[in-house]
Amino acid sequence: MKDMIEGYTTADGRQIGGVLMELKNITLRFGGVVAIKDISFDIREGEIRAIIGPNGAGKSSMLNVISGFYVPTEGEVWFRGERRPAMRPYQVARLGIARTFQNIALFDGMSVLDNIMTGRLTLMKSGLLSQALWMGKAAEEEDAHREKVEKIIDFLEIQNIRKTPVGRLPYGLKKRVELARALAAEPKILLLDEPMAGMNVEEKEDMCRFILDVNDEFGTTTVLIEHDMGVVMDLSDRVVVMDYGRKIGDGPPEEVRNNQDVIDAYLGVAHD
Amino acid sequence: MTDQLLYAAEAALNGLMAGVMYALVALGFVLIYKSSGVFNYAQGVLALFAALTLVGIQKGQVPFAHLINAMTGGHLETFPWQVPALLAILLTAGVMVGMALIIEKLVLKHLVNQAPIILFMATIGLAYFLEGFGDVMWGADIKTLDVGLPQGINETIESVTDSLLGYGFFIDNLDIVASIVAVLLVAALTLFSQYSKQGRALRAVADDHQAALSVGISLRFIWVLVWSIAGFVALVAGIMWGSKSGVQFSLSLIALKALPVLMLGGFTSIPGAIVGGLIIGMGEKLFEFWIGPLIGGATENWFAYVLALLFLVFRPQGLFGERIIERV
Repeated sequence: MKDMIEGYTTADGRQIGGVLMELKNITLRFGGVVAIKDISFDIREGEIRAIIGPNGAGKSSMLNVISGFYVPTEGEVWFRGERRPAMRPYQVARLGIARTFQNIALFDGMSVLDNIMTGRLTLMKSGLLSQALWMGKAAEEEDAHREKVEKIIDFLEIQNIRKTPVGRLPYGLKKRVELARALAAEPKILLLDEPMAGMNVEEKEDMCRFILDVNDEFGTTTVLIEHDMGVVMDLSDRVVVMDYGRKIGDGPPEEVRNNQDVIDAYLGVAHD
Repeated sequence: MTDQLLYAAEAALNGLMAGVMYALVALGFVLIYKSSGVFNYAQGVLALFAALTLVGIQKGQVPFAHLINAMTGGHLETFPWQVPALLAILLTAGVMVGMALIIEKLVLKHLVNQAPIILFMATIGLAYFLEGFGDVMWGADIKTLDVGLPQGINETIESVTDSLLGYGFFIDNLDIVASIVAVLLVAALTLFSQYSKQGRALRAVADDHQAALSVGISLRFIWVLVWSIAGFVALVAGIMWGSKSGVQFSLSLIALKALPVLMLGGFTSIPGAIVGGLIIGMGEKLFEFWIGPLIGGATENWFAYVLALLFLVFRPQGLFGERIIERV
């Protein structure tokens, strides 16, 4: 994609690529309620992009627009240099946009391994018939996918719970399995909806480490929503700040931190 | 061996065969339950509808003949042709797939992310609709179904057991065929749901719609697939029951016998449906044989339900069902 603008180099020396996704003038309304109002920003290849804001700012709605769970009332989503038409969530997933959910959506009755294997469904080629007849090709394919999944399991250090039904796991581990499932799809963009919510300090640190390692190891472009300002500042390359559905700041963490609008939104401001 | 024991053995064998028939219906329930978490009340009616359609196509019946005649004053009844059994079965399978498409389009599509109880209610509606629709389409009279399956007592078994034990077992040929078909069907379905891409997708959809969408599974495709398979299983059940006792509207009531089978086997287990069917089939015959005479008989009407109740008390997930896990 030639027309993409050159990337930039981060503070810690990582090279960020061109624009992978661009959101242009997104507005989302539910009846009379405006959840997102005319927001534009871009996501670049290889970066960790955060969306922050107080409760009800419209962060999750934004993520849902990107992942296709909501169709924006106005505005365009551009992905890899092409305008993305209105799509269903499963079609967006097949484009290579994987996500996790704020309140965890895993398959509770299935084992950790099976959960992560579902992440690879979009990558499996064998058709219905050969699958049904269990021909050699399908078996080989399953093995190849299993190998990839085992790597992710090692990477996220969940080897010992491989066969455990997900419903039995504690919250922090569930979050990690959900991340593993999203990673299994080898996504172009990884969307994390409050990956640290409800975790204790230790679990938060682990999760931070995994997000950074994933980006480092696989070069995965990551978009995350987070409440915790401290976490966001440490983790992300660029931050979008939302408040009441509007964008009030966009830039590297240190720049955003000193933005007066952002300080007002987080600390409150005296209205006169 | 005493005569008494031989009679009991024969009763048990016949019970097993009857159990296979229950299991065939139960299978359809399990399939839909596994893939959508919904108890499909319409499964029995689906079997009835499949059997009606099969007979109708085979005998060249004009669909909606009564309705057309009433409106036009004509006397339509049958087309001037008969359709060979195999072709008729294929056509009926096609009709069942078409039905799956329509059910998805008109009913399921609008109920994404709804609680299972809502979907359950929808299947009750579907059951009544289909029963009426089948009536209008093919007429309410009892029909005989003959697709060329062997009928009558198997003489080989009778003569062999007679010479070995001095008592010939009466086993129906049709029951033997049904057993073989059921075994094949279960093997195929188990392989499919455990080891194929679509099988995993199917279990995923049953568990969580949102999560399934987020990993790129099309709910529509899976539902059409599942209802097509359930329709196909219903067709098989319809053929077996129809050949055995004629195609009549009481066929939809077999669905009720499938309920205790499911409670025994577990709602989520394909092998469970088979084992549950066999236990109930054999149990009710043996119970009738030994205990029946002591308490005045007719125990077959209630034995299955009492057994199911006992299971609900001691092992609510059934023999093979998934344990219900909940973290508090």
